[in-house]
Amino acid sequence: MGAGAVMLPNLSAWGRPVAPEALLEPGIDVAVKKRLADAALNAAKSKGASYADVRIGRYLRQFVITREDKVQNIVNTESFGVGVRVIADGCWGFAAVVDAKNESDTAKAAENAVAIAKANAKLMKEPVRLAPQKGFGEVSWQTPIKKNAFEVPIKEKADLLLTVNAAAMKNGANYVNSVLFMVNEQKYFASTDGSYVDQDVHRIWPTFTVTAIDPKSGKFETRDSLSAPMGMSYEYLQANPTDKVTGITTRYNKGYDMLEDVVAAAKQAKQKLTAKSVEAGKYDLILDPSHLWLTIHESVGHPLELDRVLGYEANFAGTSFATLDKWQSKNFNYGSNIVNLFADKTQVGSLGAVGWDDEGVKTKKWDLVKDGTLVNYQAIRDQVHIIGEEESQGCCYADNWGSVQFQRMANVSLAAGKQPLSVDQLIKDVKKGIYIIGDGSFSIDQQRYNFQFGGQLFYEIKDGKIAGMLKDVAYQSNTQEFWNSCAQICDDRDYRLGGSFFDGKGQPGQVSAVSHGSATTRFNGVNVINTARKI
Amino acid sequence: MAILSKEEAKKIIDKVLSFSKADEMSVNLGGGRTGNIRYARNSVSTSGESNNLSLGITAVFGKRSGTATINEFDDASLEKTVRRAEEIARLAPENPEFVPALGPQQYVDTKSYVESTAKIDPAYRAQAAFDSIDLCNKKNLTAAGYLEDSAGFSAIGNSKGLFGYNPATSVDFSITVRTADGTGSGYAIRDVNDVSKLSTKSATDIAVQKALASTSARALEPGKYTVILEPAASVDLMQNMMRSIDARSADEGRSFLSKKGGGIRLGEKLYDERVTIYSDPTSADIPGSPYSGDGRPQEKIVWVDKGVVKNMTYSRFWAEKKGVKAVPPPSGFIMEGGTQSLADLIKSTEKGILVTRFWYIRFVDPQTLLYTGLTRDGTFYIENGQIKFPVKNFRFNESPVIMLNNLEAMGRPVRVSGNLIPPLKIRDFTFTSLSDAV
Repeated sequence: MGAGAVMLPNLSAWGRPVAPEALLEPGIDVAVKKRLADAALNAAKSKGASYADVRIGRYLRQFVITREDKVQNIVNTESFGVGVRVIADGCWGFAAVVDAKNESDTAKAAENAVAIAKANAKLMKEPVRLAPQKGFGEVSWQTPIKKNAFEVPIKEKADLLLTVNAAAMKNGANYVNSVLFMVNEQKYFASTDGSYVDQDVHRIWPTFTVTAIDPKSGKFETRDSLSAPMGMSYEYLQANPTDKVTGITTRYNKGYDMLEDVVAAAKQAKQKLTAKSVEAGKYDLILDPSHLWLTIHESVGHPLELDRVLGYEANFAGTSFATLDKWQSKNFNYGSNIVNLFADKTQVGSLGAVGWDDEGVKTKKWDLVKDGTLVNYQAIRDQVHIIGEEESQGCCYADNWGSVQFQRMANVSLAAGKQPLSVDQLIKDVKKGIYIIGDGSFSIDQQRYNFQFGGQLFYEIKDGKIAGMLKDVAYQSNTQEFWNSCAQICDDRDYRLGGSFFDGKGQPGQVSAVSHGSATTRFNGVNVINTARKI
Repeated sequence: MAILSKEEAKKIIDKVLSFSKADEMSVNLGGGRTGNIRYARNSVSTSGESNNLSLGITAVFGKRSGTATINEFDDASLEKTVRRAEEIARLAPENPEFVPALGPQQYVDTKSYVESTAKIDPAYRAQAAFDSIDLCNKKNLTAAGYLEDSAGFSAIGNSKGLFGYNPATSVDFSITVRTADGTGSGYAIRDVNDVSKLSTKSATDIAVQKALASTSARALEPGKYTVILEPAASVDLMQNMMRSIDARSADEGRSFLSKKGGGIRLGEKLYDERVTIYSDPTSADIPGSPYSGDGRPQEKIVWVDKGVVKNMTYSRFWAEKKGVKAVPPPSGFIMEGGTQSLADLIKSTEKGILVTRFWYIRFVDPQTLLYTGLTRDGTFYIENGQIKFPVKNFRFNESPVIMLNNLEAMGRPVRVSGNLIPPLKIRDFTFTSLSDAV
């Protein structure tokens, strides 16, 4: 959070259950939204606000949940309301109204927000300093989707998952759970800067977990989907051959073949039951983008959020090792000199891609770590002055109209290597290593130094060749040590996205969806532990 | 006022049921007020309050069900929502695991509603934050804290004559205090039904002491150590274990309670014989809800008795399939302890580590309930019965099952996150690496 005190009503975050057809009904017309917004902005100004913004949001969600041959649940929700944020007497104030029907509803919310700001100004230490932002007039942005998932009949989606489940069972799985998550955020933003931004944002995440059991030994193993949640819609489930990355197992880029992946997963879950238990020690790690995204998220994305660095999340998510003095020194080696990490709110297909953020800032791309050196953070309008910037980086987000917007992680990615390098070439030079595919267990300390990650698939590399499957693998490292052990990065032919659909932050908690891109990358001499235990 | 009386709630539920044309209809009515205040860097960052009253209606035709919700309560709105739920139900796929609604049930009385908490207002929250921040300001320390309170009710009813009503209040408070140079950090957490039992000042004082005592931490080699886990540290591991006692997963062979060769470990001695864990909705210390989400009565259930697994949780579908009682998951649990204080446990420790809090706990292996996570906000070395010096934080890889077999001693249980847990002294707790985090 930035500064000042705001009203934070805990109104229904997920929305009310509706019939699936309701998700296809058009929201209110943009001209009506503008009238509702102008009423709020005018009311805020007339009550003495120096700044106001309005978010009119319609949030649609559909989740199809199955196991084996059963549809367990179909969730359709809609949430509509208006959130008004103001600065009055130098202090933030926020109020929201569910199902706002007319101008008087939004004007009332604005008046409440101003009253709260004025009341809370007494508790304020220093007034809010908001980075200037030019108005954009009436503009719009849409996720460039090809097939709207909400238009696909429920039955077709349920049938897809049941077909996926049947394929898993046929190929040796004992159990399979599969889910399709689909989200559409219809957001309208207006501010006293003169922006009226209408956005239509889509996200999708098909995923499953396959379980294989050996009843004799009482052991079980699982293998999760290698899909990525994407800023796309149903077209993600129509994979072209060019979307597939072949190798020891097939991985996916901008299209996902769920049926193909579940067949592989069923076989691999069984294979894991008899895989060799890893010998603890130092290994060179070859990390696939389906795995590395999570390591980037935890060890780069979070520690470089300026609000964490400043201490606003100290009681919950924690602070950060990447303190301002390290950034100011201009020579803090976050990673080796081939490490280039950037934030990007514009990347097509990413979960975080929007045209404008939730405080009217046009989205952009910027460097966080350049040639291994820490060069920047992620910051929003009321904090960006602390790092000497005059314009926000455009990474402000609220998960609902009733939640107050705050700094959230942009898509943070590792730039692909500049020299041509394939995965096969990368593996060829490794004497003692482990190739990790898919994300698994994850844990990191509250300042983002020490972490431990698992995965889905682990392959032993001996003298440049894959020697077989391993299990019970987790690696532990320290963020700076780890990124400084980064030895080689494949080129952009291998660059793919992974991501989180439900990244949590704040008290009360809000979720956000964010992608992280990378190509397969080698890290030398990382500490691997064996996680097998007996109870 | 969003907190309806039992009679008001019943009247609305009966009205809804009178509109039903479905085979079965169930109604959930709930509401109340929730408020919060959050602060960081010794200044309030967010605060707010909201009232809510909402009604959920589930209609059933055969094995198809549909739910609709509303927050308007005139007859026309209620009837419209009943029709909407029925319409959604007709469109829904059949649920092969459908179980018919319960008939009338007997529910115990719980003492989960306390008037003092229902009276909390923005001025109370501001004062609570001020008491905490002021203490830190005076000592040149930095406070970050969060208080959330709620006062509300829930009511359930269905077309088979079931009706339940439960008012409840709660307050959760947590505070992290850091030294100005960032080398020390302390933490405290409290939860109560009755706000008169909460002092944000005294909780903050404990966090202050820990912050000051934890500066200039020394590094110890990772390895196996005797640890004393304060309840705020062990609670997440214990809760994770108690959430993993579902019988279906065990029957399916994918739980730590699955038996080699098939079957479940009910009746097996899995823990040290001093381990007894039960739940009781009528507990004065942690009063729970009298019913579970699907209307099953909550009652006193012994989960682990002298180290032996006595009960697991069952969905109604799975219990019917297995021909056993459908025991719902509890809202909180009680672990029996001893009579010693935390100080007594420290005094009786030759060499060990005192842990205030664990953080970022994640599953590593569901087979063995192996978890990883880190110590945080005050970790101290004990020698010859005394706290000697603060130590750097550790990462652990440990299973609560192994931990409760390596039990050395237990202190007096205290309330934490809606449970009663004693401070635990555990031998051979596995720390696998060091963290530089403060």
